[in-house]
Amino acid sequence: MKNKIAKYLIQLGDNCLILGQRLGELCGHGPALEIDIALTNISLDLLGQTRAYFQYAAEMSDDFDNEDQIAFLRKSSDYRNCHLTELPNTDFAHTIIRQFLFDQYHQLLLTDLMNSNDEKLKAIATKSIKEVNYHLRFSKDWVIRLGDGTETSKVKMQEALNTVWRYTEELLRPSELDIEMEGLGIGTNPDQLKEEYFEKVKSVLQFATLEIPENKFFGKGGKEGVHTEHFGYILSDLQYMQRTYPNQQW
Amino acid sequence: MVNTTQKAEIDKIYKILETIPDPEIPVINVLELGIVRDVDFADGQYVITITPTYSGCPAMEMIEVNIKAGLQENGIDNFTVKTTLTPAWTTDWITDEAKVKLKEYGIAPPVEKTSDTSWILNEEKTVPCPQCDSTNTKLLSQFGSTACKALYKCNDCLEPFDYFKCH
Repeated sequence: MKNKIAKYLIQLGDNCLILGQRLGELCGHGPALEIDIALTNISLDLLGQTRAYFQYAAEMSDDFDNEDQIAFLRKSSDYRNCHLTELPNTDFAHTIIRQFLFDQYHQLLLTDLMNSNDEKLKAIATKSIKEVNYHLRFSKDWVIRLGDGTETSKVKMQEALNTVWRYTEELLRPSELDIEMEGLGIGTNPDQLKEEYFEKVKSVLQFATLEIPENKFFGKGGKEGVHTEHFGYILSDLQYMQRTYPNQQW
Repeated sequence: MVNTTQKAEIDKIYKILETIPDPEIPVINVLELGIVRDVDFADGQYVITITPTYSGCPAMEMIEVNIKAGLQENGIDNFTVKTTLTPAWTTDWITDEAKVKLKEYGIAPPVEKTSDTSWILNEEKTVPCPQCDSTNTKLLSQFGSTACKALYKCNDCLEPFDYFKCH
């Protein structure tokens, strides 16, 4: 049972780890100084949250002794993050749309996890939500500002939305582990967040005068360890130091 | 139960903690910032409980190292530093003295309590400029030089300044 909880914590942490790593790529490359700092601050929050999940997972796991092993020494197919988090930054429109679509999910998820009967998970969620509320405020603000902005910014935002939209449903698709953990009162079945998620997201997008794409097909597979072609590249960046200098410490 | 000798030692530890500054904001110490949650004696050693401001705050490890060094320099070796996440840190714990020090240092202290939820409705609070006290200020960026701050500009004295955001 403890090992299963560890796997669940790793699934939760992987979204934060991979999105945090993606945002970290923008350090020194943001479109403006303030945005650069904001995105890397969000990255830092997400990596801090990842550490909390992985430290706890390492205590519970049969397979790992410490957080670094979990973060750096797994194979691609052992990562359980959703595809949305591994999408490339492309431009600021893609980066901020991706962030908004994730932040809204993240906020609903943590709000639910704050009721977990696992005290430590509850503590992580209660700590993280304060940070995530702020992330959402930032990304929502930019989606509205640029969606309802100039002709050019609107076109770019709409293109980004059309690209990223197909990765939203996976966030709310439950894995077997999600269902099992929900049954035990430990975790959340994201399917229960679906209605509220789309309602909230659509109201912001409408306010931003963007058109909601009508996709029939949505990507999936991240929670089963099947990733997009972007994933190998991000992983090789992420794991480079530990693979080259095993057990390296700061 | 803590006996008299231990009580005296705990008081001494608090005195030492008062001399340990936050690495990012050296004008306030770790007690004033609300990072130190408790000092106690349990299972034969003194336990100093600390909590992170933000999950990813890079200053946390530095703070732990500084606390350890500070205690050891003062002849206290029989202790452990424990990190806790609950209850989650809030700017409500920053003492009033520390808020004055923050302002003097050029950082606008939090203007609201966390129980104030008006920000959800996108209502911006007025943050007075720490340099000239003008309330004619503008938010430049929700994220400032560290995770715990936002960046503002004063429209009167034209100085940009950090705001210790409500958390």
